[in-house]
Amino acid sequence: MSGPKTIYDKIWDAHVAHEDADGTCLLYIDRHLVHEVTSPQAFEGLRMTGRKVRAPEKTIAVPDHNVPTTPGRDKHIDNEESRIQVEALDKNARDFGINYYPVSDIRQGIVHIVGPEQGWTLPGMTVVCGDSHTATHGAFGALAHGIGTSEVEHVLATQTLIQKKSKNMKVEITGKLRPGVTAKDITLSVIGATGTAGGTGYVIEYCGEAIRDLSMEGRMTVCNMAIEGGARAGLIAPDEKTFAYVMGRPHAPKGAQWEAALSWWKTLYTDEGAHFDKVVVLKGEDIAPVVTWGTSPEDVLPITGVVPAASDFRGGKVEAAQRSLDYMGLTPGQKLSDIKIDTVFIGSCTNGRIEDLRAAAAILKGKKIKEGMRAMVVPGSGLVRAQAEEEGLAQIFIDAGFEWRLAGCSMCLAMNPDQLSPGERCAATSNRNFEGRQGRGGRTHLMSPAMAAAAAVTGHLTDVREMM
Amino acid sequence: MEKFTTLTGIAAPMPLVNIDTDMIIPKQFLKTIKRSGLGKNLFDEMRFTQDGKEIPDFVLNQPAYRKAEILVAGDNFGCGSSREHAPWALLDFGIRCVISTSFADIFFSNCFKNGILPIVLPQEAVDHLMDDARKGANARITVDLESQTVTASDGQTYGFNVDPFKKHCLLNGLDDIGLTMEKADSIEKFEKTLAQSRPWV
Ligand code: SF4
Repeated sequence: MSGPKTIYDKIWDAHVAHEDADGTCLLYIDRHLVHEVTSPQAFEGLRMTGRKVRAPEKTIAVPDHNVPTTPGRDKHIDNEESRIQVEALDKNARDFGINYYPVSDIRQGIVHIVGPEQGWTLPGMTVVCGDSHTATHGAFGALAHGIGTSEVEHVLATQTLIQKKSKNMKVEITGKLRPGVTAKDITLSVIGATGTAGGTGYVIEYCGEAIRDLSMEGRMTVCNMAIEGGARAGLIAPDEKTFAYVMGRPHAPKGAQWEAALSWWKTLYTDEGAHFDKVVVLKGEDIAPVVTWGTSPEDVLPITGVVPAASDFRGGKVEAAQRSLDYMGLTPGQKLSDIKIDTVFIGSCTNGRIEDLRAAAAILKGKKIKEGMRAMVVPGSGLVRAQAEEEGLAQIFIDAGFEWRLAGCSMCLAMNPDQLSPGERCAATSNRNFEGRQGRGGRTHLMSPAMAAAAAVTGHLTDVREMM
Repeated sequence: MEKFTTLTGIAAPMPLVNIDTDMIIPKQFLKTIKRSGLGKNLFDEMRFTQDGKEIPDFVLNQPAYRKAEILVAGDNFGCGSSREHAPWALLDFGIRCVISTSFADIFFSNCFKNGILPIVLPQEAVDHLMDDARKGANARITVDLESQTVTASDGQTYGFNVDPFKKHCLLNGLDDIGLTMEKADSIEKFEKTLAQSRPWV
């Protein structure tokens, strides 16, 4: 196509290996990230058909979803099924010769944190992973999205995906954020405005001053939750911040290749006048620190608000809202800041990076968590953990009464032993508040790391601005 | 993959919106390295109590719907995680078709890879089929992929859209990977160009 293009159009066009008459394309995949839960059946498929991994050098595996986050896990994993999955990944990585970061490696961590950290994720790339939060990598101006296990097998075997192009959606956040408002508040507020199906069929480009002002960590938080708004992917045009983050990473290009890469990356922006099928604009100054009250990420409200009633909604959402209220054990009209919390979880691919730990530690410094509270920090990677220890953040968490864990997904999805009990209420920095997500019957309120830290101190959902 | 041509079966009504993949198959069942055997845990936390007893109110526990092959569901079915365990569990239970006003992208695409047909219909049509499904085992819904129609028990017929390529694969039970491998030349050509234009990849 000619005429002005969006950044999505540009990346798409640079990766079409084959196009059928009906627009079905074979999209070439530059990076394929793999973890232990969604890959065993794909590797089994390859073995059964005698196929190889087409581009092992572009395939990166790391166990994260169900690894324990307590010491000794490199020697032994108690849960037999988890151990089998991790061992299967060990073996598959070895047999098929792909890049691998085992649990014993300090670089191990959540796949979406490891990819950027190691410089595997670069602007303009296509990145896929058998995990819906692959959208995270869009922060680098990469086209990144989650795939199912059959597609994992397809990419392993062919380094391509069968795809049709999505529509373009622009989400612009204008102006400046107010103090106490973070990337997490932006991304939750966008979902609150568009709904969890608002992005279905679209690739979102996030832009505007408030997005430009975010660090790379913050941009990853924003793109991470594009999927929660239903979008196939979310991305942000790369700029000097992106290049500075990427430069010098182990797998980033060097020397002349760096220069060549940089000159292409600088062309990755949306042209003036390019067409978007849908546009959403939010004012940065209108965004408040938010929390979720229900069991869908769209159930989001400013912390100053009150629990809604089912009758505030329409259509099928009435029943869903009532179900949420019952599940969450909340009463309409109750002030959000009166909701008591049992547990605090800081971590996940949404908010498990160094900047997130800094933000939480800044609130916790010199304070203690509320008596009886369970609180844990699970760094997104071994390197994030090491850096936090070096910066003295780990000590702040420990002194406040937090558990300081090893890297992994942990209580974001509770496949490892880190789980909520029925009725236990958690302030979480992760991305999903679905029923049972953090443990059967567990109740999740999503929020930013600073808000979660504030809740740990007071024992109830808290407006972080009162503690700044 | 099993072919999908026509299906006449019992449809279970699930009007709830935003049924996510954590509901369809909770994460404790993702620890398998196989594709099969997940049907017994389909909708586990909605279907069973903590100690494994059936919750009688849940639709698939009601005698009329135990053999359901079709689900009629609320908006945005299959949102959340990319786990293909969701369609595997549906299929293993015996569900071959899901009808809703909208689906989450990844789930939608995962269905086709496993011989399940997800059908998007307008609200009125879904409402009508939902009412039909509520009639229980006597109301059978017919889905015909070739002619792209869904017919309610009262004979009311609705047309639906389906991507021609996906339809072709489903009708013939074709494996995507085999089809793509026939295009290996294009991939090789692309990789050669890539090595020149973006060698850092
Ligand atoms: S941290 Fe949570 S959302 Fe992220 S990859 Fe792990 S389980 Fe998925």
